[in-house]
Amino acid sequence: MQKETTLATGKSNKPFITRGMKDHLVAYSFIAPNFIGFALFTLVPMIFAIILAFVKWDGSNPMNYVGIDNFIRLIKDTTFHKALWNTVVYTIGVVPLTMACALALAILLNQKIVGRNFMRTAFFFPYVASLVAVAAVWNFIFSPTMGPINNLLHTITGIPIEDLPRWAADKDWAMFTVILFTVWKNMGYYMVIYLAGLQGVNPELYEAAELDGANGWKRFTNVTIPQLAPTTFFVLMILVINSFKVYDIFINLFAGADNQLNDSTRVLVYQIYNTAFRSLDYGYANAMALVLFLIVMGVTIVQFRGEKRYGQ
Amino acid sequence: MVGSKKKFHAGWMTLAYIALIAVAICMIIPYIWMLSSSFKLNKDVFSFPMVWIPDNIRWQNYVDIWTRIPLGTFIMNTVKLSVIVTLLQLLTSSFAAYAFAKLRFRGRNLLFLSYIATIAIPWQAYMVPQFIMMRELGLNNTHLAIIFLQAFSAFGVFLMRQFYQGIPDELCEAARIDGLSEYGIWARLMLPLSKPALSTLTIFTFVTTWNDFLGPMIYLTKTELKTIQIGLRMFISQYSAEYGLIMAASVVSIIPVLIIFLALQKNFVQGVASSGIKG
Repeated sequence: MQKETTLATGKSNKPFITRGMKDHLVAYSFIAPNFIGFALFTLVPMIFAIILAFVKWDGSNPMNYVGIDNFIRLIKDTTFHKALWNTVVYTIGVVPLTMACALALAILLNQKIVGRNFMRTAFFFPYVASLVAVAAVWNFIFSPTMGPINNLLHTITGIPIEDLPRWAADKDWAMFTVILFTVWKNMGYYMVIYLAGLQGVNPELYEAAELDGANGWKRFTNVTIPQLAPTTFFVLMILVINSFKVYDIFINLFAGADNQLNDSTRVLVYQIYNTAFRSLDYGYANAMALVLFLIVMGVTIVQFRGEKRYGQ
Repeated sequence: MVGSKKKFHAGWMTLAYIALIAVAICMIIPYIWMLSSSFKLNKDVFSFPMVWIPDNIRWQNYVDIWTRIPLGTFIMNTVKLSVIVTLLQLLTSSFAAYAFAKLRFRGRNLLFLSYIATIAIPWQAYMVPQFIMMRELGLNNTHLAIIFLQAFSAFGVFLMRQFYQGIPDELCEAARIDGLSEYGIWARLMLPLSKPALSTLTIFTFVTTWNDFLGPMIYLTKTELKTIQIGLRMFISQYSAEYGLIMAASVVSIIPVLIIFLALQKNFVQGVASSGIKG
């Protein structure tokens, strides 16, 4: 391409190298505004994060290099284990459920359905709607004694309200409630991605399958699923990563005015936040953050490999 | 044979409609409940069976929320941040993306790789050192911190670059022969052609900034600087029994996002599709 550029402007008598240098400068001028901000506020903190994981620092006194002490602490820290475990349970609950719902909705809305656009909008909207507001509504609707859900369940089943699940307020039901909420809030987004993927499927493949006598289910498993494999990998990756990053949903569903979570609802990012900004234990918080980073990287690498294998 | 197939098809479609309508109800009811409750007295919010349209519509809730909390300030702060971040993001991302997609220069692949490599790194993994850095720069408790935090995302560059790659190089070549500079090509050719991608990025950036929770929670501890999200959260935890007011404030916080979303959603599916999910 550059060759052609040079040819196209070959009328100028300047030597090629100057021309090339000018091209480079023009290109860098396009990159610079974004890259400077990106380097300063993303790349530098990322490098700083790795260093911080190996020090003990409260933000005001001098930093102490402590080697892998922070990581040894992590291995023994049962609160951290609990947070990690809760995050894993949450991820295992959210990922398959969201994928299944998103794919099902996308396939349904890919048909000629009356009100298709309205439904797309309605399903997607919770994803963009303010979390604090929708979490407040959910907490009201799922309120253990006053909420319409438990009142409705009581009316239908006759079970006394006291014996019904206390949802977010119940340590055994909290995880279920937050998974349900997350699926409700986010599935529309993944549905849109699946819809985009479905539009990329060659209709001739369905026609060919139909000619071969494949029924609806066979067409789904033999055409739709393989054709959607790259989309599915993308969705899986984003979903797992987003589940590991969760914080705000838990705070808004479970925490009181002090923004504290208990043992059955604390998650990884909550633990990082608290260790850094409440206990001012920056080094230790960064060791936790490095664990989060490694998990997400691990997932990404696995997924990229999978994508290479199944994507073609 | 054909008849039975048609019958099967009709049955299947009925099932599809039932499922979709059920899901639609689940998706929409919380908002209707929110809206309905925002016009009620606290004591009526949880009355059962549910009254969807209260006998006495209480507009007072929508008057009181502006005085009980500095909701106006919160909204102004959030509008300011969302607009600035979105503009910066659109401008710098599409600018950088043009170079990555259509120009050749030394270090292109390396620079682009540094964007790609960070796209998957969660912000939460480096939010602590970022905070320490911002504090050293004197940016703690300023809106500038949030702007710097949100405006230069790798995602934006990636999304725009994917879109630009779908635009044939020949178009740019033709423009170059016509004497347009690279900046001219970007402004007159690429920007108008990339409207779907730009609106996708607008929705994503605006909504992300509008709804951001953890960033403002870390950086903005002064009440007068707070955004709607953490302001609303503060209100909910302070007046947890003011059900009607909480719902009214929630409705107010959702409306701007709803407007942006409805205005731009036509381009949305298109934008997501063209952002090259298939890689």
